[in-house]
Amino acid sequence: MMEFSIWDLIRNLGVGAAWTLGLSLTAFVLGGVVGLLVLAARVGPWPRLNRLAKAYIVVFQGTPLLMQLFLVFFGIALAGVDVPAWLAAAIGLTLFTSAYLAEIWRGCVEAIPKGQWEAAASLALSWGEQLREVILPQALRIAVAPTMGFSVQVVKGTAVTSIIGFAELTKTGSILANATFQPFLVYGLVALGYFLLCFPLSRFAARLERTFHARSH
Amino acid sequence: MLVRIDGLHKHFGANHVLKGIDLRVKEGEVVALIGRSGSGKSTLLRSINGLETFDDGLVEVDGERLHADQTDLRALRLKVGMVFQQFNLFPHLSVGRNVMLAPRTVRQTSVAECESLARAMLAKVGLADKFDAYPDQLSGGQQQRVAIARALAMQPKVLLCDEITSALDPELVNEVLATVRQLASEGMTLIMVTHEMRFAREVSDQLVFMHQGRVHESGDPKDLFAAPQTAELAAFLGAVG
Ligand SMILES: Nc1ncnc2c1ncn2[C@@H]1O[C@H](COP(=O)(O)OP(=O)(O)OP(=O)(O)O)[C@@H](O)[C@H]1O
Ligand SMILES: [Mg+2]
Repeated sequence: MMEFSIWDLIRNLGVGAAWTLGLSLTAFVLGGVVGLLVLAARVGPWPRLNRLAKAYIVVFQGTPLLMQLFLVFFGIALAGVDVPAWLAAAIGLTLFTSAYLAEIWRGCVEAIPKGQWEAAASLALSWGEQLREVILPQALRIAVAPTMGFSVQVVKGTAVTSIIGFAELTKTGSILANATFQPFLVYGLVALGYFLLCFPLSRFAARLERTFHARSH
Repeated sequence: MLVRIDGLHKHFGANHVLKGIDLRVKEGEVVALIGRSGSGKSTLLRSINGLETFDDGLVEVDGERLHADQTDLRALRLKVGMVFQQFNLFPHLSVGRNVMLAPRTVRQTSVAECESLARAMLAKVGLADKFDAYPDQLSGGQQQRVAIARALAMQPKVLLCDEITSALDPELVNEVLATVRQLASEGMTLIMVTHEMRFAREVSDQLVFMHQGRVHESGDPKDLFAAPQTAELAAFLGAVG
């Protein structure tokens, strides 16, 4: 059996945490972009596309993230493409994130009074211009808090990618736990790692919300 | 004719709200739409700029035609301005930016030009000094005048006003009516839904009384007020005083 010092543990877990952070950022940024498109499809003046976007959201919200990940991982493999775990993890989490963000943002868009759309429309702004110039700037303000709140869920959600073998924080932790026979210590450090990633996000969310509240314009 | 409406029909589900409306409005004319709640005044007005679709008939403004289920409304909306009961100013933009938004976005006028246009429009409604204020810093009457300036900045051929003083405290009604009166005297074509009967009689050239989705009676406001031809209009005028 190899000997691990506490520093070895921390160094290894740090690498895992970096992967967790990278995966979270990727999922959040790409999920945000895809989510914006899904949002447009969901609230735009196109009935067919509305239904399609709604189905997309319902499917991703109504199934466990783990199953989505399995389907991406094994689905792509079924098509004869050998997909690395990190790619499957990134794709799976991006889709998951996009669906949730689209739904969160839809709520924010729908909280803007209908009169705002109508005033913009009466000024001959196209639908896209109405959304961009009038609706989104107002929706953004109320979207900040739930969006940042959800980002914490994304970070924690990355843990399930350990099951398809992606060596992020949880996976690294389970490997080390097996090697050291000190699961309590290792998983304690893993939990601390997640906390260190998530706590600043929560704090940041709270601060952003206060800023947006104070600055009413 | 600047505005022509022919055989306009509109249903909300099973509710037949407009039952064949015909209306002609000449350039520079001021039309007052009156009638009981639910008679279809707002629906008619909103059909003229495509905020409401209709089932049958035709709307034409300055040669720009709108058919039932038409989706491209830009050309029409460039000719038609609208002022709403609830003002609907954009709360995230300053007063000046509210007025500049459409010229900037839709007409792609330069910022400098938009700004001088906005200042001119705000001066017209007596709010030149509010350029940098935000909507929530203004009284209701001031907000409504900004809304008028915002609509005017697109240089519409006709301005639609849907009960634009109904949400105002009584002491603020007159400043908005004065602005509308001034527009009328400058030759702006106006179609307004109003419950201000005295104002309608004084300012309008054509009074249109709607009843159950139809134009029940219309004509010169002086004549109609003095001698309504139908029992319904007489009853309506009696009820509102
Ligand atoms: N979005 C809508 N969906 C369903 N029914 C509607 C809708 N808008 C209006 N209606 C109905 O259409 C009819 C005409 O409404 P409209 O708002 O045009 O009346 P109005 O003459 O403007 O009344 P008011 O004086 O109260 O403003 C009413 O019976 C109303 O309930
Ligand atoms: Mg109405």
